[in-house]
This record gives sequence, C-alpha cells and structure tokens, in this order.
Amino acid sequence: MIEKERRTGGLGEVLPPLSEHEARVEAYRCLFCYDAPCTHACPTHIDIPGFIKKIATGNLRGSARTIMEANILGATCARVCPVEELCEGACVLNAEGRPIMIGRLQRHATDHLFENGIRLFTAGPPSGRRVAVIGAGPAGLACAAELARLGHAVTLYEKRELPGGLSTYGIIVLREPVEVALAEAEMIAQLGVDIRTGRELGRDLTLDALLGEYDAVFLGIGLGGSPALGIPGEELVLDGLTWIERSKFEPEKMEVGNEVYVVGAGNTAIDAATIARRLGAERVTILYRRSEREMPAYRHEYEFARREGIDFRFLTQPLRVLGENGRVTGIECVRMRLGSPDASGRAAPEPVPGSEFTLPADQVIKAIGQEKPALIAELGLATERGFVKVDEAYRTSIDRVYAGGDCIRARGAASTVMATQDGKLAARAIHEHLGAAAAAAE
Amino acid sequence: MADLSIDFAGIKSPNPFWLASAPPTNSGAQIHKAFEAGWGGAVWKTIGAPVLNVSNRYGAWHYNGHKMLAINNVELISDRPLEVNLREMAEVKRAWPDRAVIASAMVESNPEAWRDIVRRIEDTGADGIELNYGCPHGMSERGMGSAVGQVPEYCEQITRWVMEAASIPVIVKLTPNVTDIVPPARAAVRAGANAVSLINTINSIIGVDLDTLEIVPSIGGKGSHGGYAGPAVKPIALNMLSSVARDPEIREAGVPISGMGGIATWRDAAEFLLLGAGSLQVCTSVMHYGFRIIDDLVEGLSAWMDEKGFATIADVVGRSVHRISDFKDFDLSFRAVARIDPAKCIRCDLCYIACNDTAHQCIDLVDGEGRRVEPRAYGPRANGKEEATANRPLPVVREADCVGCRLCYNVCPIDGCIEMVEVPSGRPSITWAELTAARPEVGTDWEAMKRYREENGIDIH
Repeated sequence: MIEKERRTGGLGEVLPPLSEHEARVEAYRCLFCYDAPCTHACPTHIDIPGFIKKIATGNLRGSARTIMEANILGATCARVCPVEELCEGACVLNAEGRPIMIGRLQRHATDHLFENGIRLFTAGPPSGRRVAVIGAGPAGLACAAELARLGHAVTLYEKRELPGGLSTYGIIVLREPVEVALAEAEMIAQLGVDIRTGRELGRDLTLDALLGEYDAVFLGIGLGGSPALGIPGEELVLDGLTWIERSKFEPEKMEVGNEVYVVGAGNTAIDAATIARRLGAERVTILYRRSEREMPAYRHEYEFARREGIDFRFLTQPLRVLGENGRVTGIECVRMRLGSPDASGRAAPEPVPGSEFTLPADQVIKAIGQEKPALIAELGLATERGFVKVDEAYRTSIDRVYAGGDCIRARGAASTVMATQDGKLAARAIHEHLGAAAAAAE
Repeated sequence: MADLSIDFAGIKSPNPFWLASAPPTNSGAQIHKAFEAGWGGAVWKTIGAPVLNVSNRYGAWHYNGHKMLAINNVELISDRPLEVNLREMAEVKRAWPDRAVIASAMVESNPEAWRDIVRRIEDTGADGIELNYGCPHGMSERGMGSAVGQVPEYCEQITRWVMEAASIPVIVKLTPNVTDIVPPARAAVRAGANAVSLINTINSIIGVDLDTLEIVPSIGGKGSHGGYAGPAVKPIALNMLSSVARDPEIREAGVPISGMGGIATWRDAAEFLLLGAGSLQVCTSVMHYGFRIIDDLVEGLSAWMDEKGFATIADVVGRSVHRISDFKDFDLSFRAVARIDPAKCIRCDLCYIACNDTAHQCIDLVDGEGRRVEPRAYGPRANGKEEATANRPLPVVREADCVGCRLCYNVCPIDGCIEMVEVPSGRPSITWAELTAARPEVGTDWEAMKRYREENGIDIH
C-alpha cells in the first residue's frame, strides 16, 4: 500500500475552542430560561442557563462548578454529547433556528478548569465504608467521584492500561483528545479514588473476594467486542473499535487503503470511516443493509460524514470479503429490499435474489455494534435483553452489586452522558443503602 | 413627504437634527463632514475660557455585550485656541448657509467676559448662541457650567448680561443635576432667553476597575465624577423635557425647547418631539457610530410622520404632553391584564418566574390537558429533546388574579407574544383625587379603605 499524504485537517479536534470573546457573545445570547428545556433534555440535568450566565459575567470557575456538580465528566460530555438530540435540540431559540452553542460553551468553562489546574472538589468526611467500582469508563468514573465526594473509600479497577473507557479508547480525536479523558480521570484520582489499572474482574479479581472486602460493588463494565460478520473472508476484516483506538495512540503506524468499506451505519461506523478518510483513503464507503431512514447514526453525524466526503451504499449487504495473500481485494455484496418490520420495529431487510455484485476494495472495517460482555454470564447476573438487569436503584440481582452505563442500556441509545448519569445516581443509591445499613447495625 | 425643516426661535435648519455641543463638533473639518452627511445643524463644542484637557476622558457603561449604553466624560470645553474656533465657525457658516451653526459658550461669570464672547460669536455669522450652564465637571469647579445652572439666580443674571449684548437667538442649556429643572428654566426665560435646551450630562461615576481598583476612566490613578450621557439617560431626559414643556410659565412665554439626552434612533427622536422638543441634539450615538447615522434618523422620522399623517415637525411637537398626568388623576377603575399568545410563546418561562418570584403570582404553567403543573416536574432519568420540548407546559395568566403590572410584558423576549389587554373592571371611573375629595377617610384610615374596597368589589390578596 502506498504511503498517502495525510489530508489537511488531520485528526485534531474538529471544533476549535471558542475564544473568550466568542464565548461571552454567545453567552449573552442565552435567554436564561427558567426551568429550561436544555436542562430537562440533558441526562445529567446540568443547570445550563446558570453556567452560561456565569460565563457571561466572567465567573468561569463558578461556571465549571455548576457543570461539574451535575456532571463530573463535563469536559468529555461537552465534546462528545449528541447536543443536537439533547440540550441544543431543546433550546427555545430553535424557534428562530439559532440555538445556543451549549456544548462549546461547556467546553469553554471546563477547559478553563483543567488549563488552570483548578481543583473544585474534595473528598467528603470519611464514612468508613468501602466500595469497589469495576471499569473506569464514564459510568465507573462518575460513580467513583460521587462516592468519594460522599466520603466513601473507593477503589476503581480497570482492565485496560489507562482509565477513561471509551472516552480514552473509543472516541475519535476529532471529537475528544485522549488528554481530556485522562485529565478527568486524574481529577477523580485526586479526590482520593484509588484507580488500579490492568486489573480485570474475572481474571485478576473475583466478585466474591470483592464482596468480602468491600461494602458494595458497582459494575460499569460496558460492552464487549464487535460481533463477527459471519461471512467468508472474516479474517481479513478490521475491527472498527480497534481501528479507532489505533488512530488515537499510533496513527502514524496505520496503513490505510485507497478503497475502504465500512460495514454498519452507526456512529462508530461513521467515526471509523472519518478516520480512514482523514488518513488519506481515496474513497470511503459505508455499507448498510437497510435504508437511510433506518440508519442508527445521529442525523448530524450522517451530515458530518457527507461533508467529509464519505459515500453511503444503502440496502447493501456484504456476502464475502475477497482476498489474496492476506490482503483484501474486493467485497461481494447483495442488494437488499425492506420487508415487514422485525423485532426491533424496523423494516427487516431481505436479499434481492440474483442481485449479487462485487466491488474492488483494499480494506474492510466492521462497525456493527458491540456484543454483550461475557462477564454478565460468568457472574450469573440476571439480564434483560442480554444487558445487566437493574432496578430503579441500579441494584443487580446480586445483593450489594450495582451496575450502570452501557452494560445496562437495554433501552435507548448508549452514550457517555447517560452512563455518567447512571454512575452518579447509582452512587447516591449506594450511599443511601450504606447509610441504611449503618443505621440498621446501630 | 413630510417637511422636516424647522424654525427654532428664528434658527432655521432643513431637519431638526443638530449635533450637540461635544467632541463631534470640535472643529470645522468635522462639522463640514457632518453637514455633508446631512445633519441639519451643529452646536459648536463650547468655546470660552482657556482650558487644558487630560488623557483617558471617556468611560462607558456596557451591558450584556451592548457597548456604550452610556458614556461618561471628564473632557472640558474646547481646548483649541478661541481664534481658531471662531475663524472655522465663520468658514463653516459661509459654506453652509442653510444649516444651523450655533456657538456654545462658557466664560467667567462677569458681564464683560460674556459681552466680549457674544460679540466675537456674532462676528462669525453664527445663527445662535447656546449658553453652557450644564457642564458638571471641571468647569463647575471654576464657577462655570453647572455651578451656574444649579442656581436660578446666577442663571438669570448671566442670561441677562448675554441678552443685553446679543442680537442673534440665545438658547440656555440646562443642567439635569438639580432636584427640579423647572426653576432654572424659568429663570432663563425670565431673563429673556429665546429658547432652552436640555439635558446636559448627569453627574456620574461610571465604574471601578476590578483589577486595579481605580476609578474609570483613570487619569494617572485618579478619577472623578463625569458627565453621563447616551441611550441610558433618555428616560431621565424625557422626564425633564416634559416637566419644562408642561410648565405654565414657560408655555406662556412660548419659548421652544431643544431636546437631547440619549437620542440614538428616529424612534427616540419622535418621542422627544412628542414630549415638546422643537429641535433635537445628538451626541453619544454619533460618537459610537459616526455621522452616517443621520441617514436613518431623517428617513425613519420622515416615514413615521408620513404614516401618522404629520406634515410638519410643528405638527408633532408636544403632541403627547397633555397625556402626562399626576397619579391622582389616573382612573383607578382602568383595568388591563396580560395575555400570552401560545402560538408565539417559545416557553422560556421568564414571565412565569418574574411573576411568581417578584410580582403577583398569577402566571401558571399549564400542560397540554389544561392541568396546572409545577416547574421541573421531571425525574432524574428524564432526557432528550423530544421529552423536554414535546410536552413542555405553557405559561398562562390567571386573569382574575392579574393586577396588570406589566412585568411579564417587559421581560418577554418575543415581540407581540404578551399583550396587555384592557378588560372591564365593572366599576365606574374614579380618580384618587375624586375619591379622596368625596371620602377623605379612605386616604387616611385602612378600615375606611377596607369598607370602600368591599363596597366596590376590589379584592387584593
């Protein structure tokens, strides 16, 4: 494969930070709604008009506090939240087509905190209680931070080398640089949370041992790897999440084809395609077996992909990846048509007989979602549609074991901000439980 | 097309817009440029006693990103040599015979000094003289400016000296830094002034720098009160203008008033005319945007006059003065309530919180089924734009409880969304004056007031 010239734009953050003046002018536009719909739409219910007003007055530290009281991962969420579906989508100024740039204002305030090394929060007075949190992704970090602020001793176990979960490994740098996720984890470590990386439940730790050592356990274990496409030539196919991870840590070592196909049309597929395009692929095409209407990617992500020059072939299903000497040479597909609704409520695609065709290709990446983690079955947790089943208080079927984040997302779209809210609310539920347990013991 | 020309105490100009005596009229070159842009007249920056100016002269009051809602200054009168100003004044008048050129003057308080300056001004061919009795800073420390304007006797005395010497129209410019602007206005009229103008700038300290803790503007670490002007002072100017316009003594004398203080748009201009100004002076908005603003001032005013059927400026002047009343003559039975248009409402709920926190608690949030709901009626798991917007309740006025305070109308960010609608109160018209004439005890005894309210079905909770 020929070494390609890197496209201009590269892998840096797509949106530049707002200058102080831009932020202030934007903040002045905010009407300061009461019981604001943006706050309602935000899964963590940040007092958005409140933090924006503080930007307008030049109280950036207070602004960041308002954000992070509600959402300790405010710097990540400012960058990765689908704001068009949440706060900005609910802004009353949509009536005039110009909602406030809430995400970018939030980034302005939270960046101020990290750039100036300001520490806002401290651990609460020690409760004498200990909690183990499994998984240092958004749910685990948010849970650990809230527990620490409530005075509990928290140990956060993470199987990977670095904390942050998908924020560190799975969000493309165009949206969030690794440093932001790591700075948030560091802030949480400074709250006294003992973050132990390279420690995996089921391999290095057992749940029984944890329940013996800790008063409660929170599982923020996320989801597993990509499922197989289940077609011949599978061994030639690259995994989308691995592809994105490499783009964050070793982009210079990545080989990018000229004719790249990405299978799947979710947000990860768009991210994987964006990386391929930005690293110099001549043509990047997303293959999706249903139509544009059913694609799971957010509308604004789809529009972003079109602007990046990514092609889409809808109603197309790969049948086989063709290769020679371990290299992809083509992809055989079949045309699909939409039939009656399936279990997901969407029209079920079915192949059009005799419509097979082959496209020349030199790279195929799959991004068709994540499997349920094997750990769920290993621990013997009750499930709901394959996800960890929890009650209103985030309790699993095992006593003193709680869960949150993507691993419980049986309904709705998985997202960083939903996981963050889970972690925060689960921490409060654990805190209540620990208080109740202490009262019962007295 | 409306005729915008004016004859103000004998001073003629093609439109009522004059540049006020201030930095924009500091030199002949500037005034040439302003006249080219279309200004009807200019009051020259005050000439007179010798002065020296300082650096950092202007402070400003900015609000929510809007620059210069007001400006304040510690600049004195013209620091250019008197002869230069007088020579340029003559040149400008020769070049622009149809425009009003008015000299503003301020000298020491002695008759010789005033007689001398009046003669020298008249030699230039200027159309009139404005006596600066208003400058509130610096000059007042030397017994000039507002030190004169604040004492009706001085005001009258100096005006007499000028009137004895002057053959061209004389305008006395009044200071707002008094509790009542009418006595100095009467003093000027008694002394024979041909017109008055108001308001000069208001004593003010614009602010303190939160980094240096110095007064703004800082003159080498020191600050002072300065003269406050610009859009923020307009309501004060309108009040003072109408006080003078309504005064029987001044009305009887038939002395015209040149209005100024915060005129930035033709809308402001129209309001000054309606409250009795016969000519208009503009400064701060020109200092903000330059002479070019005259285009919209003239065009907008003219279009508005056409729309309203006013043929001349004289038709507009003072048209709303008679509507200014004392509280005691208001109809206590007049009733208006706020009404929110659901089609225009964007559900920012600013009216709701303003009413409930600080006014009369008569706006409810009502859901799609007409049920009253509390704010923030959602759980911690709520999320998404659909949920946040689809069933967002609407603010609705409980008209029976609405006192018609008009706060919601004022905070609403959407034009025409909230209207104040007149509703019948079911009570006959009565004013406080009439009521207390008929039943004086109502004004002195709460029990009598209670009885009166019960008789008339006035329920205040």
